[in-house]
Amino acid sequence: MLDQANFLVPPIYYVALSGILFILGMVGVLLRRNAILIFMSVELMLNSANLAFVAFARSFLDVNGQVFVFFVMTVAAVEVAVGLALIVAIFRTRRSIDIDELHSMEG
Amino acid sequence: MQLPILESINLMAVLPVLIIAGWACVLLVFDLLIPRSRKHWTAWLALVGLLGAAVALFFQIGHFARLGSEAAFDGMVTVDGFSIFLQVVFVLTAIVGVLLALDYLPRHGIERGEYYVLLLFTTIGMMIMSMAADLIVVFVALELLSIPLYILSGFAGMRETSEEAALKYFLLGAFASSFLVYGIALTYGGTGTTRLTGIAQAVTSDALNLPLTTVGMGLLLVGLGFKVAAVPFHMWTPDVYQGAPTPVTAFMSVGAKAGGFAALIRVLVTAFPAIASEWGTLIAVIAGLTMLLGNIVAISQSNIKRMLAYSSIAHAGYILLAVAAAQRSENASFAIGAVVFYLLAYALTNLGAFTVAIAVERDDGTGTEIDDFAGLGKTRPWMALAMALFMLSLTGMPISGGLVGKVFVFQAALQAVPGDPLLLAVVIIGVLTSVVSAFYYLKVIMVMYMREGEGKAVLPLALKTVLAATAFGTLVLGIIPGPVFQMAQRAMLK
Amino acid sequence: MGEWTFIALLFIISLILPAVPIIAGRLLGPRKPNPLKNSTYECGVETVGDTWVQFKVQYYIFALVFLIFDIEVVFLYPWAVAYHQLPLFGVVAGIVFIVTLAEALIYAWRKGALEWV
Repeated sequence: MLDQANFLVPPIYYVALSGILFILGMVGVLLRRNAILIFMSVELMLNSANLAFVAFARSFLDVNGQVFVFFVMTVAAVEVAVGLALIVAIFRTRRSIDIDELHSMEG
Repeated sequence: MQLPILESINLMAVLPVLIIAGWACVLLVFDLLIPRSRKHWTAWLALVGLLGAAVALFFQIGHFARLGSEAAFDGMVTVDGFSIFLQVVFVLTAIVGVLLALDYLPRHGIERGEYYVLLLFTTIGMMIMSMAADLIVVFVALELLSIPLYILSGFAGMRETSEEAALKYFLLGAFASSFLVYGIALTYGGTGTTRLTGIAQAVTSDALNLPLTTVGMGLLLVGLGFKVAAVPFHMWTPDVYQGAPTPVTAFMSVGAKAGGFAALIRVLVTAFPAIASEWGTLIAVIAGLTMLLGNIVAISQSNIKRMLAYSSIAHAGYILLAVAAAQRSENASFAIGAVVFYLLAYALTNLGAFTVAIAVERDDGTGTEIDDFAGLGKTRPWMALAMALFMLSLTGMPISGGLVGKVFVFQAALQAVPGDPLLLAVVIIGVLTSVVSAFYYLKVIMVMYMREGEGKAVLPLALKTVLAATAFGTLVLGIIPGPVFQMAQRAMLK
Repeated sequence: MGEWTFIALLFIISLILPAVPIIAGRLLGPRKPNPLKNSTYECGVETVGDTWVQFKVQYYIFALVFLIFDIEVVFLYPWAVAYHQLPLFGVVAGIVFIVTLAEALIYAWRKGALEWV
């Protein structure tokens, strides 16, 4: 279904790049211990999906994929707002945003 | 491109959602005018909005029983029996969520009008989730459901545990959302559409890019698995349930879970019937693991909120079993009926159990250990009786909704066994783990009646009402499940 | 494939160009470290205090409020471009969207998020 002709750079290259970015973001979330860096890695994952959407939308000549990107961007912005507020609140009370230090509940 | 016109928008079909959405926006501003000492006004106003939506839903029930289904917003959402049934569950849960908070918040010194507004917003997310007919709607509804819940779980900001719960829930929730989005992107790449019915068509056609679609579906399952707390994506549940303010825990243990299952069923059954045996097997395996882990880890818990968190993981396993049974199309309507019935029974029981936990909890957020229930059998006989009923229902003992729900789930799974023998093994796991679960549920009853203790509890009128209503509902579902199950049966997808 | 080999070559050369002087410096240059040379700023003021400088929380709140309206543009731009072809419902939907955001602004204003203290 992916039409490779008529494009200077084939869409599948973009999809491959988005896959690499997604995996980088995932590795970042799993390895990093700083809440802000984890959050930035999540944003990288979201934006890799955006890249894939735009690439697919371009190759299908279909506008739906691009519309989806709008929604992902909005949600990402909302997550930034909520996430930063939470992180700032945590930093104010504990002077640290290392998630390994978050273990007041055990069981 | 043809732009949609007003007729295809069909606002009447989504009237309950519109009522709550509009009311929530009004309430957000109105709350600014309400003085700090009178924030319970906001709560009552939120209840008015929810009751308005309930009335609208009531009129829709008859309408959709006749018509079957209606599309709205140019086919982006489908309103059918399934979505109406779940919307009733969501609105009821939200009403309970408001009532539970009514004196919990002032008692704990965290009363703010935003609680009620955020509760309404997340309810809208759940309701839209149940009617999603397009992956864009699934995604937006899921976020509308999740983001207010992140804030709500951190609502007791000065408590370290609450703050921590919010951050953990947020980071893992955002992580899960990114899997969901990437899954949608790959599904879109594989099929060329985000419309669920369009995907179903594409999956059977030659134009399909199968590897992309399969990986996309897998990532979608990861994202939704996080929301319903299925193993191995359950890690956040215990900490978040324990740390969040108890009314929020009660609300999200029911609402967020039911919302996740609504989306799961919509996506799997509507969009991927052609590869049903593949996802059926996958879901069955996850269901088995979820039941095992949830029930076994719950045994060693001493905190009631944490115990109920593992119990909610276990119950997600039972519901997943019914979802796996929906893989056979001739069996699907019974299996989906079992899912929604189980969700309703679980909602009533679990809300009741958390109501008791709120009554026992002290003003500083302690008093959530199971040992704090000691002596309640003497000091609060009615409340202890209700709690005993809820625990028996969660175990799956007779005369309770929990038993009937489990019977329907196992029956649905057994019907699907010819197509997928693996389900038989999972049913056996389910029965065995139910027996194991008696261990920790009955422990609560034992502590209440057998052990000496202060048995202190604060039970204002709002909590009493919720307790009576949920106990009554649990009993009704247990003794005369027929009418409700028939309604649930009709709650199939169209 | 012609232009791709060119880009690949350019990429390799651009890696080599900065690498050569760095490696050459390592190999050829004399090395006599002392504490003064190893300090963060060989000449200049020593850093004082934590790297976690406290910004005023106001900055965050302003940034977050800005973010909402930043994203608003993403939706309003296509709406404005397609304005001529929009049916009545499309216009109303856009207005509802703007009113909702205005409400958010009112909320932020009444909560004192816009006052610089």
